[in-house]
Parts: sequence; structure tokens; C-alpha cells
Amino acid sequence: MRFLLRRLAFYAFTAWAAITINFFLPRMMKGDPISAYLAKNQGKVSPDAIESLKTLFGMDNPKPLWQQYLDYWALLFKGDLGRSFSRGLAPVSEVISSALPWTIGLVGIATVLSFLIGTLVGSYIGWKRGSKADAVVPIATFFSTVPYFWMGLIVIAIFASRLGWFPASHAYGKGSAPAWDWGFIVEVIHHGFLPAATIVLASLGGWILGMRNMMVTVLDEDYITVAEAKGLTPRRVLMRYAARNAVLPQIQSFALSLGFIVGGTLVMELVFSYPGVGKLLLDATNSKDYPLMQGLFLVISLAVLVANILADAAYAVLDPRTRQMEA
Amino acid sequence: MATETDASAAEPTLEKPTQPAGRPTPRSSWVRVAESFAMFRNRKSIAGLIIMAVFAVVAVFAPLIAPYDPLEKDYQSLRQAPSWHHLLGTTHMGEDVLSQIIYGTRGVLTVGLIAGVLATFVAVLIGVTAGYLAGWKSESLSALTNVFLVLPGLPLIIIVASQYDNPSIILISAVIAITGWAWGARVLRAQTMSLRNRDFVQAARANGEPLYRIITVEMLPNLTAIIASSFVGTVTAAVLGLTTLAFIGVIPITNLNWGTILFWAQQNGAFPDFWWWYVPAGLCIALLGIALSLINFGIDEYVNPRLRSAGERARAMRKKGLSATSGVTAVRMVDATPGEDGTSTSSKPAG
Repeated sequence: MRFLLRRLAFYAFTAWAAITINFFLPRMMKGDPISAYLAKNQGKVSPDAIESLKTLFGMDNPKPLWQQYLDYWALLFKGDLGRSFSRGLAPVSEVISSALPWTIGLVGIATVLSFLIGTLVGSYIGWKRGSKADAVVPIATFFSTVPYFWMGLIVIAIFASRLGWFPASHAYGKGSAPAWDWGFIVEVIHHGFLPAATIVLASLGGWILGMRNMMVTVLDEDYITVAEAKGLTPRRVLMRYAARNAVLPQIQSFALSLGFIVGGTLVMELVFSYPGVGKLLLDATNSKDYPLMQGLFLVISLAVLVANILADAAYAVLDPRTRQMEA
Repeated sequence: MATETDASAAEPTLEKPTQPAGRPTPRSSWVRVAESFAMFRNRKSIAGLIIMAVFAVVAVFAPLIAPYDPLEKDYQSLRQAPSWHHLLGTTHMGEDVLSQIIYGTRGVLTVGLIAGVLATFVAVLIGVTAGYLAGWKSESLSALTNVFLVLPGLPLIIIVASQYDNPSIILISAVIAITGWAWGARVLRAQTMSLRNRDFVQAARANGEPLYRIITVEMLPNLTAIIASSFVGTVTAAVLGLTTLAFIGVIPITNLNWGTILFWAQQNGAFPDFWWWYVPAGLCIALLGIALSLINFGIDEYVNPRLRSAGERARAMRKKGLSATSGVTAVRMVDATPGEDGTSTSSKPAG
């Protein structure tokens, strides 16, 4: 219980830090792109929206800083993240929530797949250490050092442009609209296959290497010797004794590497013109749409945080020691 | 069993090779310097270091090595495939791709080095302090580290870099370093915490050595492997970060690096036909990444000897006709069987 409370306190603190960084970022930057934009579009922006933009970007200078900070929190609780300049002044929260499902679907599925495959392959290679299976290690290293976006470009060049097996971009065909029927779902899978496969391929290496190294370390432990001496089947020793213990740090590093994965896959969406959060962030960057950029950073940070909480909970379930230590 | 010990299983444990930097044995300072580089003395690290050295030479002597100026335009030869005139072909403006890659090495290595040094400095400062101190000071430094671990780095870098019209190399490196120091600090904190209670540190404290001396003379030499590994790790992250930023166009194109080449290639329709324009730059990034990981593999094996011996032992066993996967039982059976019945001494079939 204390363990859980400590973790919760930590996550609350991290969330607060992310939100506060978001508050200070625009206040630290030089110049004032917001007032320039507002001056250009006088009359088009409602007074309400102007007010919230001013709070978000620190243009209510006469107010003391703590007052600005409180106003900023009040806006966040209302879910008001300002208006997006590049999307016809649509509320930022709406723009983001239309892109979020695509990213969570694509990146989520690909990341979990990559973690599962990588951990399985890694535990097998660690088990068969010193055999031909070791040849996987340099290959995995190569794929884990190639930048995501470059691999995406190569994959497009081969499978979309040359062979024409998969579409090169977008989440679904030009003519169709999102709907819950088979035709559309098949189309989404067809479009999502290449980006997902690239993410899996690019992040697989890290999981394989991590799991392999943990397996090699765990296999030297005495309880493995005991398990083998008892005459348990190798399969049982591998799955129940070795892999089960070796996977724990993997789950921890899974949580920690989420931030990196999110970063890598953002660029992936640019390469594949996938209508997710990453594409949105890069579009916002190119068109200097600051409200959208700020909102996106906040949403991405919080999403990574939520994923961390889930991984932490899984860790606590899988490793009884984390719960016992406090008791 | 606390979580700390459990987590340290994932992190390198410095059990074997610790050589407390002691005063008693009079050794020349050169021997000690050489000793602190012991983690690089294995095949993997050396291979990685050699590749890095080649890249470094290319970066330093770029003007001598490159056959053309990277931005020299030759409108007679646009988008040419590799030939003896242009070993890696030309771009849409007739620029020599090989020369661009050679000059681009400079940008990549400069940012990688600056960001790596900055991040490692912060990591050592915060990690070792957090490990040496106790109580709320240690906890708050650790909380700070964890926050930076969780915050997604690349989006933050993109947003900060995009606030500036023409971010300088130093700024880009600093931003990459700010988002990249946390992992090293975390590992260093764990290792310092375990060092703090070792006998030689206790003895130094009992002798009344000042704090700065305990940290710099007693502890740091035992942390070099981890510091080196976190430096290599941040350089890898910085190289990937820089090329990614350049590719998405956040970094001004005047800063020539491998990511900028890919940016130009994509902007000017190099995909998929003009492979010589985009394949080499990507392969260079991968090669640099492999070199850095090789160095780190070497350090890992130095720190965790089990990693080093695992493959060799299994291979040796297989040569003797024993299965590596149930190796321990097989060896013990030879000992045990004569006692039970004398007929089958080595029951394991060969192969």
C-alpha cells in the first residue's frame, strides 16, 4: 500500500512538473508570435478565446506571475488549451482528440507487439547462448541503431513504391470516411501495416538485447541450477524459472523507454503522413502554431505518464517483492 | 530483498573489477590512467573505438578528404548515379553526395560530443550527489531525475528548438543534453549508494578526508565504467536526436549533417529512385550507432563478467558434446552416476 502511495505521489509530482514546464516554455521564448497573430486576425477571434490565449502564453503581463499560474490551471481544468492558429481557430483540445486515437492505435499496438516478440526472441537467444542463435545479436544491434525515419523511408521505397503491396501514406483511402464496418477496418489495417512493421522492426533490437543479457545473467543463478538438478524439463526451467525472472527489468525499462518510443514514432507519422499526434506536432511546428504545440506536448507527456503507471502496476503484480518490501 | 537490489540486477554491478584507488602501492600515474581505461580493453570496445576514430579523422580532415566542396553545384551532372567522378553520385543540384557526407560528419560529431559532455557532467553531478547524500536531499534529486526520465524528450526538443529561428549548435546540444542526462544520473546514483557503504569509503571518512576528496579520489575511479557507458549512451541519443531534428527541418539547413542530407533528399523527390542520395547517410548513422553500441557492449561485459563468459562457456561445453541449455545437470551427472550404478558413466549422448 505504501509502495502504491509513493508511486502515486511521484506521478502526481511528474504531472505537475510537466504542466509547469508547459506554463514556463512560452514565457521564456523571445518575441511574441501570439499578439502578432491576433493583430493580423482582429475580429475573427472571440474575446473569450483571446483571454484564454493570453493566459496560456503569458501576455497578461500586468498580473503577477502566481496569478497567471493560477489562471492557467483554471483553464486546464476546464479543458481549454487555446485555439489552433493553423486549423481555423478550432479548439486545440478538439484538434488533438481527433488525432489521438490514430496514434494510440498504431503506436500502442506496434510497441506492445515489439516488446512481446523482442522479449520472446531475446529469452530464446539467451537460453541458446553460444549457439548459432547468437548471430541475431549483431543484426538486432543494427536495426536498433538505424533511425526510425530512415527505415520508414526505405520501407516505403521498397514495399510501397517498387512492389506496390501497401499504400505509402495516410491511415485510410482518400474516398472513404471513418466507420465501424469491415471494409473500413481492413483498409485501416492495410494502411497501418507498413508504419507498424517499421516501428516493430526499429524497436525490436533493444528488447532482444536487453532480454538476452538478462537471461544470460539469470541463468547463472543458483535457483536455475537447482531447477535443473530437480530434473525439470528444460522448457519449464526456461519459461517458469529463467524468463520469468529475467523479464522483470524488461518491464521496468519498457516503462522508462516509452518517452523515447513516442519521440521516435512521432517522426514515423511524418514519414507515412499518418494522421496522428506526431504529424500534428510537426505540422504545428512548421506553421508556428504555438497553442497547438503547447497542447500537444502536454497531452503527450500525460499519455506517457499514464503508460508508465500501467507498466508500474504490471510490475507490482508480477514481482511480489515490490509489494512485500514495505510490509 | 528490496527493490533496490532487484533494480540493480538490470544495472551494471561493479563487483569484480573494482580497484579501490588506493594510495598504499606506489604506482606511476600513467599506470593508474591506463587502469581507468581497462573497460575498453576488449575486442568489442576496441572495434567500436576504431570506427569512431575513423569518423573523427574524417571529420577533422574533411577539407583534405572530400573531393569537392559540399555545396559546389555542377549543373552539368544532376542526379547522377555513382561513378568515378562522383563516388556516391550527385544531388538534384549536382552537389557531390560523398563530400556532403564527409562534411556532415563534422556536424554530427560536434553535437554528439558537446551534448554527451554536457549531459554526462550533469548526470555525474546530480547522480553522485544524490547517491552520496541521504534523506530528503537525495530523494528530491532522485525525483528530479525521474521526472526527466519520464518526460518525452524529442517533442520537448522540437518545441524548444522551434522557438528559435536559427538555433546555434550549442543551443541544440544543450537542449539534447537537458533531455538526455537522466538515465546516467539514475544508474550513477544506484552505484554511488552501494559504494558509499563499502569499507574503503568508510575508512576514508574515518580518516577525516574532506568530502570533495572522498568523492573525486575514492569514488569516481570506481564509477568510470558507468560514467563512460552513460557518456556513450548520450552521444548515441544525441546523434539520433540531431539527425531526426535535421530531417524534420527544425534545424537550419546551414548546419550540414547527415540528417540535413536526408532532409534535402526527401524534399527533392529522391525516393525511391535515387538511392545513392539517401542510403549512404542512413547507413552512416547506423554505423556510428553500431560503433557506439560496441563500445558500450564492451563496457557492459567488463562490468558484468557473466555476459562475457556466457557464450564462451556454452561453446566449450558443446564441443565436449554436452548440451549447453542443461549444462549444469550434465556435468553433475558424470560425478553422480558411478555411485548409483557403475554401468553408465557418461549417459549424455554426444552431439
